[in-house]
Amino acid sequence: MQRRVVFRGKALPYLLVTPQLAVTLVFFFWPAAQAFWQSVHREDPFGLSSHFVGLDNFTALLADPDYADAILRTAVFSLAVTVLVLVPSLLLAVMADRVIKAATAYKTVLLLPYAVAPAVAGVLWLFLFYPGVGPLAFALHRLGIDWNYLLNGGQAMALVIVIAAWKQISYNFLFFLAGLQSIPKSLLEAAAIDGAGRTRRFWTIVFPLLSPTAFFLVVVDVVYAFFDTFGVIRSVTAGGPGKSTEILVYKVYYDGVVALDLGGSAAQSVILMAIVVALTALQFRYVERKVHY
Amino acid sequence: MRARAPAADWLPHLILLGGVVIVAFPIYMTFVASSLTPQDILAGMPLLPGSHLFANYREALFTGVAATSGESVARMLWNTLVMALIIAVGKIAISLLSAYAVVFFRFPLRMVIFWMIFVTLMLPVEVRIVPTYKVVADLGMIDSFAGLTIPLIASATATLLFRQFFLTVPDELVEAAKIDGAGPLRFLVDTVIPLSSTNMAALFVILFIYGWNQFLWPLLVTNSAEMTTIVIGLTRMIGTGDGRTDWDIVMATAILALLPPALVVVLMQRWFVKGLVESEK
Repeated sequence: MQRRVVFRGKALPYLLVTPQLAVTLVFFFWPAAQAFWQSVHREDPFGLSSHFVGLDNFTALLADPDYADAILRTAVFSLAVTVLVLVPSLLLAVMADRVIKAATAYKTVLLLPYAVAPAVAGVLWLFLFYPGVGPLAFALHRLGIDWNYLLNGGQAMALVIVIAAWKQISYNFLFFLAGLQSIPKSLLEAAAIDGAGRTRRFWTIVFPLLSPTAFFLVVVDVVYAFFDTFGVIRSVTAGGPGKSTEILVYKVYYDGVVALDLGGSAAQSVILMAIVVALTALQFRYVERKVHY
Repeated sequence: MRARAPAADWLPHLILLGGVVIVAFPIYMTFVASSLTPQDILAGMPLLPGSHLFANYREALFTGVAATSGESVARMLWNTLVMALIIAVGKIAISLLSAYAVVFFRFPLRMVIFWMIFVTLMLPVEVRIVPTYKVVADLGMIDSFAGLTIPLIASATATLLFRQFFLTVPDELVEAAKIDGAGPLRFLVDTVIPLSSTNMAALFVILFIYGWNQFLWPLLVTNSAEMTTIVIGLTRMIGTGDGRTDWDIVMATAILALLPPALVVVLMQRWFVKGLVESEK
């Protein structure tokens, strides 16, 4: 898309894009190029020289059972987070669409988690479930559950999934509510006159019209679970116990910053970039579809 | 519509109340814990706030905790505020200018530049941690507000939003400005910026929260205690097993860390919703 009427100017437009272009080149393209370069090189143990190793870093990575585990773990984590976000948000949005009294009050509280940083959300929940301290940890003990997420990998995973989902509810709720409110009331009234009950109206009219929103949210939630949950993992479990909550983005951080395996970390970065590109492409295909429907 | 069954009237409220309780519970319990003594917390927490509210917040704000090298929370809040404001204002400024150039001018490489900005959507900091850190270190920007903010300032989202809005500015306005002899900069300042003010407010809310809540990037580029942000400082306060954790102070700090962005969401809800919905289109 283009404007018909534009200004003339030779140097001015370049001057206007310079700040953004400079930052983009220095902090996006240069590091991304470095990541590609490092991913096909290996440094000697003293970091003095590096030599070209082709795809060795990638084959080593893909042959590494730890990496396969991290991929599987990330898949389980993002699937669980997505489901645990979508279903309650949809339910809450449908209910919020029906009430008039106190609607703003409900909405205000439901939007709060968006304001809380992932790492801070981690601390709030960590306190509730901290063995020997948190009220919910006590409650679980009283129910006879041997709760200690610091030792039990499954419990740790469940905890970070709940925290990650809690934080994302606001966003999904808001988009579902916006989607619901854009459904023409005349359609629903026509169906009601034809004798369709509330449940039937939901499944035959509301749900199909809401599916583009739901698909958009699935992609957004998966991207969120992949990348934005770093703060939750880092503040609650630091990938542990063992490696039971080490998802891909945490592994890139750990291998690159803590274990200083630059080649391996760069190869992981390149793979993650490919995943982001694929997800973004999926999202834009959907956006195009929305325009037509 | 058909007449409603009476049962249908209270059911939505019941479900919404349940949702609200689950969503608010962690925040509420943190607030309660921030008003207690450490002994009260460990002896099984009450559900109502205690009497140590002001004492705890005073200690957190001004005294500092050993685990964060004695830096006070007041200092961390200041650092975080400066960081969030630079990121929000900086992003809006550079995106506004570049979107203006891309939309209101035609010049060689225009689309190349637009696409170069656009692809940055696909490169979140998380996927290029180590090389970006290295660039910042080479430029000597570690432990400075410049290093903390400038790498996060370039983003395609704001540019795309402004571009979309600028495309809807009527041609007649541009023509009228030209006839009146106004140049592009005059048109930008007198017409485009006032027209964009609601968009800017909406973006500001979203970007302020984004900046305030940064975690991974400050974790990498700040080492000195004076540069600690509140989110980093909070996570450092929790003992790693050997040290005792002062839960009352930690909880007070957590409330202080989430209060500014939460207030922004509550008080500027209209703009927040607008910003969130539009920046994703």
